[in-house]
Amino acid sequence: MNKTDVLIIGAGPTGLFCAHQLGIIGLSCEIVDNLDKAGGQCIELYPDKPIYDIPAVPECTGEELTNNLLKQIKPFNVKFHLNERVEQLKKNESRWHIKTSGGVEFDVAAIVIAGGVGSFEPRKFPVKECEKFEGSSLLYSIKDKSIFKDKTISIFGGGDSALDWAIELSNTSKVNLIHRRDGFSGAEASVQKVKELNDQGKLNLFIKYQLDSVSGGKNIESVKIKHDEGEIKEIKSDYVLGFFGLIMQLGPILDWGLNIDKKTVQVNTENFETNVNGIFAIGDICSYPGKLKLILSGFHEGALAARGCFKYAKPDEKLRFEFTTTSKAAQERLGIKK
Amino acid sequence: MAKITYHTHDNKTHTVDVQKGLTVMEGAIQNDIPGIDADCGGGMACATCHVYVKEEWLDKLPAKEDGEEDMLDMAFEPKSNSRLSCQITVSDELDGLEVNIPSKQG
Ligand SMILES: Cc1cc2nc3c(=O)[nH]c(=O)nc-3n(C[C@H](O)[C@H](O)[C@H](O)COP(=O)(O)OP(=O)(O)OC[C@H]3O[C@@H](n4cnc5c(N)ncnc54)[C@H](O)[C@@H]3O)c2cc1C
Ligand code: FES
Repeated sequence: MNKTDVLIIGAGPTGLFCAHQLGIIGLSCEIVDNLDKAGGQCIELYPDKPIYDIPAVPECTGEELTNNLLKQIKPFNVKFHLNERVEQLKKNESRWHIKTSGGVEFDVAAIVIAGGVGSFEPRKFPVKECEKFEGSSLLYSIKDKSIFKDKTISIFGGGDSALDWAIELSNTSKVNLIHRRDGFSGAEASVQKVKELNDQGKLNLFIKYQLDSVSGGKNIESVKIKHDEGEIKEIKSDYVLGFFGLIMQLGPILDWGLNIDKKTVQVNTENFETNVNGIFAIGDICSYPGKLKLILSGFHEGALAARGCFKYAKPDEKLRFEFTTTSKAAQERLGIKK
Repeated sequence: MAKITYHTHDNKTHTVDVQKGLTVMEGAIQNDIPGIDADCGGGMACATCHVYVKEEWLDKLPAKEDGEEDMLDMAFEPKSNSRLSCQITVSDELDGLEVNIPSKQG
């Protein structure tokens, strides 16, 4: 059990800055994110695109912004729990008990949801029967590539993940690569490599095909793929891999008894608390009259929510308003040596 | 203004006036037409504004920019008449455009 003052759900820019604001006022926090890295949309959707509207930063990329935020919270030694999705919140007298998908548990005084548009999850095949095989012979990510040795694998997708895995697995497995069009979004060198392997018969490339159906007993035995023009082919497959990038899903947040309106959580604008005492929501996931889905608004919301958390974490103390420029306490927390 | 018709998956038809210069995605959001999520707010980074364009309108649309086809690879059940509605800017020429919204966006 991890005991801390505040749990932040989501390591996007808003969650990261809120950790800073909590640190400044002397509260501890830990952060959970479903992704394998911090940065939220900035790192997952546009790491290389420039942002021009961060106050006092004329231009920076999504990745630079993330790195700077991480640098800014470094003094607080915030503990991150990545690749974990928060599933369950339970009130336990005056504290909250939280559980993640991987079984990590927290005991906290308050919760800040900075979940953006939801947690990033792999996009799935539209074909219904796929669910039956998901996690066993139909996968959206690879944890242990040794299971594919000497098997027949059908990989769907046209991005870097699909291409890279097709190339790598073609060394030890029989690989079919299936993509809906003749263009690929992956790196040109990988596209060339895949085409070469296809010419040498080391991989089978199916262009303008999409998954039509899967069949098998306990495990997948074959898949049918359908051409743009309607022709259907059946190919033997032990495994099916789908690489269609990530989509944001609100998921478990919907089940926490919060007032939800169009995929967002309603909050007050005094401290960004939700209808449930002790649960705050900031950033893209919160809504209130006039809400702007901008990073700068998320920063403001995080500053106020952090102060809102104070009374739950330290009910017997009074929070003082101080500037970082002049507050000794804040500077000590930042580890500034004079 | 241009009239845009959205056919939603529940077999309903919504015809609305969309201001020139806005995108077909924005037209749907502003009129509360269900089925277009637009998670990335038009940033061509999510494919949750995916629509099927009625065939006769396909070649009247602005051409796909770099990256739209890549994003469509990620869409739910893409077809040859798939477009990202955030990339279609409404103009006089598009008065009467009809699009179908897929059953799901992900
Ligand atoms: C292409 C593009 C360009 C943009 N350009 C700008 C710009 O120029 N200026 C600007 O101000 N904004 C811009 N934005 C918007 C900006 O990126 C968002 O407003 C910002 O990322 C929101 O931050 P956030 O921390 O609220 O959420 P996010 O960045 O969405 O992060 C939320 C995180 O929470 C995690 N999460 C959610 N639920 C759970 C759960 N249950 N368990 C664990 N983890 C969970 C998610 O995995 C995610 O990592 C742009 C967005 C896009 C897509
Ligand atoms: S709104 Fe995200 S791609 Fe169109």
